[in-house]
Amino acid sequence: MTSDGQLFEVFVRARRGVSHVHAGSVHAASAEMALQYGRDLFTRRLEGVSLWVVPAAAVVASQSDGAPALFEPAADKDYRYPAHYQMPDGIEHI
Amino acid sequence: MTTPLCATADGTTRFATRHGDRCLVLSHRLQQCITHAPQLEEELALANIALDLLGQARVLYSYAADRLGADSTEDDLAFGRAADEFGSPALVEQPNTDFAAVIMRQLLHDVWALEFWTSLTNSTEQLFADVAGKAVKETGYHVRHSSQWVVVLGDSTDAAHRRAQGALDSLWPYVDELFAADATTEQLVANGVIAHPGSLRPKWDVRVDAILADATLQRPVTQSAAIRLGPSPELSTLIDEMQQLPRAFPGARW
Repeated sequence: MTSDGQLFEVFVRARRGVSHVHAGSVHAASAEMALQYGRDLFTRRLEGVSLWVVPAAAVVASQSDGAPALFEPAADKDYRYPAHYQMPDGIEHI
Repeated sequence: MTTPLCATADGTTRFATRHGDRCLVLSHRLQQCITHAPQLEEELALANIALDLLGQARVLYSYAADRLGADSTEDDLAFGRAADEFGSPALVEQPNTDFAAVIMRQLLHDVWALEFWTSLTNSTEQLFADVAGKAVKETGYHVRHSSQWVVVLGDSTDAAHRRAQGALDSLWPYVDELFAADATTEQLVANGVIAHPGSLRPKWDVRVDAILADATLQRPVTQSAAIRLGPSPELSTLIDEMQQLPRAFPGARW
């Protein structure tokens, strides 16, 4: 561990019923302290009702050089979008 | 400017001013850490705690100022009194020798403050009960912050452990004052406004002992410091710095 501690990613849930969303990251000496720093940095104005902190080292990220293989095959598959459905007459609120 | 805290002030006014002093002085000590904290996250945490304490001080000073008279304000109490008129306990005046001293001072204070505010939620004085209800939540967080840091410092490298133990040893003589009662305090206890400060000691001992054990630190056996008769040099320096702007520019506003 360096003098700055470990890096943690912070996720904030804005209100009940929605997902935790990544807010940023903090350095901390322990997970419990990371929670407190997350609270200090990212919920100062009542932005959240719940916090997650996750060691940044535990995050497995896609590599940018692999991005074409991962994402581009979806580009020409427009049948995955609902744009081609015919809407029956008289249907509202869909 | 009138003499803010005249000798005729009643018990609750004195009590509010004294605890306003405690919160303000400790808040200022933490504010002195800004740009000096070991990491950015901790700087924000210390500043947040300083702001909580400042908010507590303001409520208590405003209450006292209202009772002192029409033209008295919270600012008169904070910035219009000399160091020898402050009633803060010596513990919160102790300097920011190093980070361990900042954190250990905070731990000894915060655990006491949590018991203090909790007991004050039952006060017959409505404002005290109200401010205590808010302060209990704030102080609960402060205790978590300081106790976790003490464990991190105490139970880690030799250098950190040595500094944490050194801070504990040098601050310990100022603990007893937190639980002492003078005539003003005894009168408020008798009237049911506050709990006796001494009654907070057993819970403080249990909690602090548990944290020190987790941190592998030794509870000191040193005697308590004599109750001082005048302001400490540390307090005089702090007050001079804190009041520098209102003294140079009386009535200055943003």
